[in-house]
Amino acid sequence: MRPFKYDRAKKSNDATKMVASNKNAKFLAGGTNIVDLMKENVERPDALVDVNNLELKQIKSMGSNISIGALAKNKDTANHPLIKQNFPLLTQAILSGASAQIRNMATNGGNLNQRTRCVYFYDTATPCNKREPGTGCGAAEGLNRMHAIFGYSDKCVATHPSDMCIALAALDAVVHVEDEKGNKRKILFGAYHRLPGDTPEKDNNLKHGELITSIEIPKNKFANNSYYLKVRDRASYAFALVSVATGLEIKNGIIRKSRIAMGGVAHKPWRAMIAEKELIGKKPSQKLFERAAKMEMERAKPLEHNKYKVTLGERAIVRALKMASA
Amino acid sequence: MKELNEGFESYDLVMHEDEMFLCEELTEDEEKLLDELGIHGASRRKFLGQVGAAGFGMLAMQVLAQQDTLAAEGLVDLTKSEPVSIENAVNVNMRINGVRKSLKVDSRMTLLDALRERLGLTGSKKGCDHGQCGACTVHVDGERHLSCLTLAATCEDKDIKTIEGIGDEKNLHPMQAAFVKYDAFQCGYCTPGQICSAVALLDEAKKGEVSYETENISAKTRPVQLSDDEIRERMSGNLCRCGAYPNILKAIKEVHTGKAVAQTWNFSERLDDIAENYEQEDANDETV
Ligand SMILES: Cc1cc2nc3c(=O)[nH]c(=O)nc-3n(C[C@H](O)[C@H](O)[C@H](O)COP(=O)(O)OP(=O)(O)OC[C@H]3O[C@@H](n4cnc5c(N)ncnc54)[C@H](O)[C@@H]3O)c2cc1C
Ligand code: SF4
Ligand code: FES
Ligand code: FES
Repeated sequence: MRPFKYDRAKKSNDATKMVASNKNAKFLAGGTNIVDLMKENVERPDALVDVNNLELKQIKSMGSNISIGALAKNKDTANHPLIKQNFPLLTQAILSGASAQIRNMATNGGNLNQRTRCVYFYDTATPCNKREPGTGCGAAEGLNRMHAIFGYSDKCVATHPSDMCIALAALDAVVHVEDEKGNKRKILFGAYHRLPGDTPEKDNNLKHGELITSIEIPKNKFANNSYYLKVRDRASYAFALVSVATGLEIKNGIIRKSRIAMGGVAHKPWRAMIAEKELIGKKPSQKLFERAAKMEMERAKPLEHNKYKVTLGERAIVRALKMASA
Repeated sequence: MKELNEGFESYDLVMHEDEMFLCEELTEDEEKLLDELGIHGASRRKFLGQVGAAGFGMLAMQVLAQQDTLAAEGLVDLTKSEPVSIENAVNVNMRINGVRKSLKVDSRMTLLDALRERLGLTGSKKGCDHGQCGACTVHVDGERHLSCLTLAATCEDKDIKTIEGIGDEKNLHPMQAAFVKYDAFQCGYCTPGQICSAVALLDEAKKGEVSYETENISAKTRPVQLSDDEIRERMSGNLCRCGAYPNILKAIKEVHTGKAVAQTWNFSERLDDIAENYEQEDANDETV
């Protein structure tokens, strides 16, 4: 690990100022991703600003919406009564990720900004445009079993590794951020993470020095009909090959509103909007789910080693919809 | 006695304290070690009489070899004093197993390295150093954390409990006792992490915290009764390369339910015979 200066910030504004004034500085939250990447020499900040003492840990109702603090732990978020009762989908998604120890340490803000698990990104001996722009992409023609089937570019075929973010995408969350001048802005979840395009080094639309302060989730009627399905190489403690977060609003036996977001298939949480639309105004049925899933997955463009994700994705959508509507 | 020493003539010295020095010269290294241990003159004679010259030779070799390895890795004395110059030093005050400790650490130092190399608490293990195995699990403010992904600098005012603080040989924590009872390990390397994790798990279940395996997560919070699958899921952050999982599960289950877990396998008749023979042999040995 390279040497770095360590500072503890007492106020949000101190933290954003410290990071904004040094282009090689980074925020440190739970550390479960950045410390690991620093040990691998993938992240090389020369200063870390510890934000754990900031008052950004509350989970509370805000009018008809619920706000979760950027520094609330993943564990506390998943177990909060407001979340369990209103958004069990989020609870499930968080709990499907990592391990108990890691969820006790990981924060919500850090979870949004965790970086890809692409093995070439981690291995500094191989080319990677995300790690070293312009060096090429090791995965495009390499071992890409874990990689994207939607929305990738010739520069990068990585996937976003988070489970929590897949649920947040299905829940139409809004990310609240603040810069060093105290300017605040809100970013719709769908516009927070990026597709790789020509700048895969950028995972999201946060500016350097901008701090996530909270994540707002609008109230919805999905609580009784939602499900997070995660498919992975082993039963627990592994990243998703494919995951599906789904929420349905069913009234008098008819689907009124639907959300389907997928993990493990793209550089950002992937909204399956074609499938979502196909469900509206119809009665839940195996046939309908199969048709909707097929329509969505037909557009996938698998790489050499991940063709299985197309079939898997189709079946995962069907299974998640069945679980949610049961 | 004679029989026991047959073929091991030199070991015979063990029994004849007075003749010892006539037959067995100490090597330079051995002399050095005795000096280091502060054992001189008459007490040296007595000490050697107690451990036996041959036995001492072995001990000296081991201790000196170990010191060499430690020195080669630059580890010697780190637990006794602070390194002289530290880049990006951070002062941290924490409570470790109930005792206040003040340390000056390099900003890069993990809590795991601080525990093992600065405080001499080597119970917490380094398995992967990347958050993937759980061997380094400790409690931070009562919750299980991975000390390999925790920077020591971030531990200001934290209350840290390691396996050394969970229980000791005379006073085992019920979870430690259950691990012994159910043989819940083989090499033991993952065990401190498993036990720290399991102790925290019980607490989490008591508080009604849910897991991916919990059936009804929207239910009001109350203590969760853990099924086998729940325990497996909640322990998935602790890997065991020896594969002691079935016994780890039993140990945790016993402490969780307060009831002994029935053994699900049996010695075959043939194995029972073998076991009996062994017992017979043992009995014969004792009579010699
Ligand atoms: C072995 C292992 C297995 C895992 N498995 C899974 C899994 O199955 N599913 C899953 O979803 N995740 C998994 N994770 C990832 C884990 O969820 C993330 O590491 C965690 O959520 C990151 O949060 P943190 O608070 O520790 O972030 P940190 O490591 O502290 O920070 C991560 C990044 O976010 C930035 N950051 C942190 N807070 C803020 C903020 N408030 N504003 C702006 N930027 C910020 C930091 O600068 C850094 O760049 C796993 C991790 C490990 C080590
Ligand atoms: S897929 Fe992206 S992260 Fe992986 S090697 Fe290619 S550029 Fe790097
Ligand atoms: S050593 Fe910390 S998780 Fe493996
Ligand atoms: S007992 Fe050997 S690794 Fe678990």
